[in-house]
Amino acid sequence: MIGRLQAALALRRVGIAGRLLSCALCLAGCNLIVLDPKGPIGAGNATILVDSVVVMLAIVAPTIVATLAFAWWYRASNPRARRMTEFVYSGRVELVTWSIPLLTIMLLGGVTWIGSHELDPAVPIPSKYAPLDVQVVSLDWKWLFIYPEQRVAAVNRLVIPVGVPVRFTITSGSVMNTFFIPQLGSMIYAMNGMEAKLNLMADEPGSFLGLSTMISGDGYPDMRFTAEAVPPDRFAAWVNETRAGQGETLNSQAYRDLAKQGVPPTSIVYPAVEPGLFHRITTQAIPPGPGPEAQSSGKQGPEK
Amino acid sequence: MLGKLTWAAIPFDQPIPLVAGAAVLVVILAVLAYITAKGWVPYLWREWITSVDHKHIGVMYVFLAAIMLLRGFIDAIMMRSQQALAYHSQGYLPPEHFNQIFSAHGTLMIFFVAMPFLIGLMNLVVPLQLGVRDVAFPTLNNVSFWLTATGALLVNVSLVVGEFSHTGWLPFPPLAETTYSPGVGVDYYLWSLQISGVGTLLTGVNFVTTILKLHAPGMTYLRMPIFCWTALASNLLIVAVFPVLTATLAMLILDRYLGFHFFTNEAGGNQMMFMNLIWIWGHPEVYILVLPAFGIYSEVVSTFAGKPLFGYRSMVAATMVICIISLMVWLHHFFTMGAGGDVNTAFGIMTSIIAVPTGVKIYNWLFTMYGGEIRFAPPMMWSVGFIVLFAVGGLTGVLLAVPPADFVLHNSLFLVAHFHNVIIPGVLFAAFAGYEYWFPKAFGFRLDERFGKAAFWCWFVGFILAWMPGYPLGLMGMPRRLQHYDVAEWRPWLLVAAFGVLVILAGILFQVAQLVVSIRRREALRDEVGDPWNGRSLEWSTASPPPAFNFAALPRIESDDPYWQIKQRAIEQQVLRPEPTYKDIEMPRNSPTGFVCAFFASFMGFALIWHIWWLVGVTFVGAYATFVVFAWRDRAEYHIPAEEVARIDRANRAARRAALARLQQPAQ
Repeated sequence: MIGRLQAALALRRVGIAGRLLSCALCLAGCNLIVLDPKGPIGAGNATILVDSVVVMLAIVAPTIVATLAFAWWYRASNPRARRMTEFVYSGRVELVTWSIPLLTIMLLGGVTWIGSHELDPAVPIPSKYAPLDVQVVSLDWKWLFIYPEQRVAAVNRLVIPVGVPVRFTITSGSVMNTFFIPQLGSMIYAMNGMEAKLNLMADEPGSFLGLSTMISGDGYPDMRFTAEAVPPDRFAAWVNETRAGQGETLNSQAYRDLAKQGVPPTSIVYPAVEPGLFHRITTQAIPPGPGPEAQSSGKQGPEK
Repeated sequence: MLGKLTWAAIPFDQPIPLVAGAAVLVVILAVLAYITAKGWVPYLWREWITSVDHKHIGVMYVFLAAIMLLRGFIDAIMMRSQQALAYHSQGYLPPEHFNQIFSAHGTLMIFFVAMPFLIGLMNLVVPLQLGVRDVAFPTLNNVSFWLTATGALLVNVSLVVGEFSHTGWLPFPPLAETTYSPGVGVDYYLWSLQISGVGTLLTGVNFVTTILKLHAPGMTYLRMPIFCWTALASNLLIVAVFPVLTATLAMLILDRYLGFHFFTNEAGGNQMMFMNLIWIWGHPEVYILVLPAFGIYSEVVSTFAGKPLFGYRSMVAATMVICIISLMVWLHHFFTMGAGGDVNTAFGIMTSIIAVPTGVKIYNWLFTMYGGEIRFAPPMMWSVGFIVLFAVGGLTGVLLAVPPADFVLHNSLFLVAHFHNVIIPGVLFAAFAGYEYWFPKAFGFRLDERFGKAAFWCWFVGFILAWMPGYPLGLMGMPRRLQHYDVAEWRPWLLVAAFGVLVILAGILFQVAQLVVSIRRREALRDEVGDPWNGRSLEWSTASPPPAFNFAALPRIESDDPYWQIKQRAIEQQVLRPEPTYKDIEMPRNSPTGFVCAFFASFMGFALIWHIWWLVGVTFVGAYATFVVFAWRDRAEYHIPAEEVARIDRANRAARRAALARLQQPAQ
C-alpha cells in the first residue's frame, strides 16, 4: 500500500509535465480523452504513459537533433568541417552508446514492473465501499451488461455509481472483442468460454465513450456504448426505475434472440434477468452466437 | 465440377472491384500482347522467367514488390478517403468491402511488398558482396520467387473472383472460423500465404547456407559487409519462425476444411493459442523485415559519409542480439488478454531491451556520419530521414511495451501509427534507399537525382502528415479499422491524414517519373566503371551490370572493406591489379522448374479455395512431376569459355583504367 502511495506521489509529480503537455494539445483543439481520465485506473495508465514518454524524450530528442546536426555539419560542401575518415572505433563512445539505452531501459523496466503489478486489471481497487459487480457480454454487435445483484440488464448502456469500484466480469457471446472505456482506463479482451476480470472506478459523474477495439465483423464500428457514471443515489434510483419499467425478462430465449447478428437502433433495458444466465453463457450451456448464416439480412437488429 | 465456384462469385453488382479488375485485366493483356508482338517472349523466358541468376531473380522480386506496392497503396487511398468521408455517414465503402480492403492492404504490404523487396535486394547484392558467383541453390531460388508470385496472384484474383478476408491482416479466430466467416475470403488468405510461405522458407534455407558456406577466399565472417550479417540474421529468423506460421495456418485450415477444433469456440478449441502462435511468428517477422533494412542503411551511410562503418563489431553484436531477443517478446501483442502482472512484466521488459541494440545501431550511424564527408544523394537522404522518423517510432514502440500504457493504447490508431512509423521509415525507406543505391549495379545506369530527391521529400512530408495524426487520434480513443464514426474531434485529424496520403501519392508519381526519365536518359547516366558511388564493398569491384559469373576470378580478401583497399592501392600505385589468369567458368543452367511448379501451384491454390477437388489432384500431380523431372536431369551446368570471360573482364578493366587515368589528371 505504501509502495502504491509513493509511486502515485512520484508519478503525480512527473505527471505535471504530462498535464502541461496534454493541456497544450487540448488548446490546439483536440480532446485527448486517454490523457483526461475520470478514475484512478485511467489516471494510473495516463501517468505511466506520460512519464514513459518524458523519460524517453530525454534521449530521443537529443538523438534526433544530433542526427540532423551531424548530417548538416559534415556535408561535403562545408569547408569548416574537420574530416576524420579513420574514426571508426572508440571504446569510450561504444561504452556510452551501449549504456545510455541500457540505463534508460532499466529505468523504464522499473516503471513497467511496478505499473504492471499495480494496474493489473484483475487487482481489486481498495475502497470503503463494496464493489459493484457487472457482467459484460460482447455480442454481434452490441454490448450486454448484466447486474447480477440488482437482477437488471441493459444493452449498449452502462450505468455505474461514482466513487464505487466496479468489478467487471467479461466474456464474449461470439467472437473476440475488447471492452474499453478510455476515460476509466485499461481495456481487456472479451473471449467466448472465458471470464476476464477488470476493475475500474469513476471519480466524477459523467457520460463516457465505451467501445470495442478489436475487429469483430461488419457491425464492429457500431460496438459503441455509453458509460454513465452517476451519484450512488441516482444509481439506486435507476435500478428501481428499470425494475419497475416495461420490457421483457432477459432469459435464455431472449438472449438467443439478442445474440443474433445485428445492431440495435437504441439501447435496451431488461427489468429482470434469469439467474445464472451469465454462467450459462460462459460455460457454453447456451451455445455461442450463430454468425451470419442464421440471418441473411445482415445489419438489421432484432426488433424490441 | 467447379466446387463452390459459381457466377455469383463475380461481383457484378459492385462497380469498384469490377471496374478495377477489368482495368487490370485489360492492362495485363495489353502488356502481354505488346511483348508478344515485339517478339520479346523468348528473351523474357530465357533471361528472366527461367533464369537462375541471383541478380535477375533479385530484379524480378523488386519488380513484383513495386507492382504490389501500387496495389496496396490504392487500398491505402481508399481507406483514408473512406475515413475522411465517413463522419456521421457510411462513406462510399460498405463494411464488408472496407474490411476486405484493410485486410488486403496489410497482407499485401507485409508479405508481397516488404518481404519481396528486401529479399530481392538480398538476392541482387549478397552473393556479390560475398565475392561468389551465385547463391547456394540457384534453381531453388527461382522456385522461391515464383511461389511468392503465386501468393501475390491469388490475393489479387480475390479482387474479382469471390472476396478477400474480412478479418484483418491476421485471421484471428473465432472470427476467421467458418461460423463467422463462411465465405472464401479467409481461404484466399490462407492458401496465398501457405504457398508463398513455402517460397519464403526456401529463401531462408538458401541464404543461410549461402552466407554461412559460400565466401570468396579470405572473406571471414568478421570481414563480411554488415548487409550480409543482417541478411544472415533475417534468414535465420525465417528458418526459425516461418514453419510456425505454416503450422498455425495449417491448423486454421484444418478447422475450416475438416471441422477440427484447434481454435474454435466449441469443443475445446482455444483462440488464445492462435494469438500466441501467430505472434511467435509475427514478432520475429518484424525483425525479418527491419534487420536487412538496417543493413542497407549501414551500407548507404558508410558509403556516402566516405567512412567505414563506425563500430562494425558492435553492429554485428547488436544484429545478433536483436535476432535472438526478437523470439522472446511475442506476448506484447496481447497484454490486454489478462495474463497477469508477472507475465506482462516479463514480456514488457524483454521488449524494451530490444531498444538497446537498436539504439546502439542509431548511434553507430550517427558516429559514422561524424567526421565524414557526406554526399546527399537520394539513398543518403532516405537514410537520414529514416533515423529522424524511426527515433519517434522507436519511442512509441517502447511506450507500447509498457503494459499499463498499452492497456489504453492497444488496437488504437496510436498503435497503427506506431507500426507505420517503424515500417514505412524503417523498412520501406530502406527499400527505396537500396533501390536507388544498387539500381546502377543491376542495370548499368543511375537513377535521376532530381526526381529522386523530389520523391523523398514528398514521402517524408507525406508520411508525417498521414501518420503523425494517428498518435493524437489514438489518445482520443479512436480504435483501428473503423468503417464509420460519429466523434467530431477525430475528423480534422483524419482529413489531415487523407491529405498526407495525397502527398505520398505525389512521391510515388515522382518515383515512376524518375524511372521513366532515367531510362530515357540512360546514356547520360551510364555507370561505365561499375562503381558509381565510390563504394567500399565487393559489389562495386565488378562491372555494372555484372556478367553472369559476377567475378572473372574470385577476389582474394585481405582486409575489411576489401574493395576500398584495392581501390586505394590502385590510386596510389596508379595501376590496376594484374590481370588474373582466365579460366573456364561453370555456371548453373536455367530451369523452368520454378515457373512450371508455380503455374500448377496457382491452380492448386485456386482449386483448394473453391473446393474443386479434382483440380487439386491434377495440379498436385503436375507440380510433383515437375519436381521429379528436375531431380532427374543430367546436365545442371554450362561452361563459359576462358576467352569469353577474358573478353568481358578486359572491357571492364579498360573502363577502370580510363577512370584511373582521369583521376590522376588533376594531380599532375
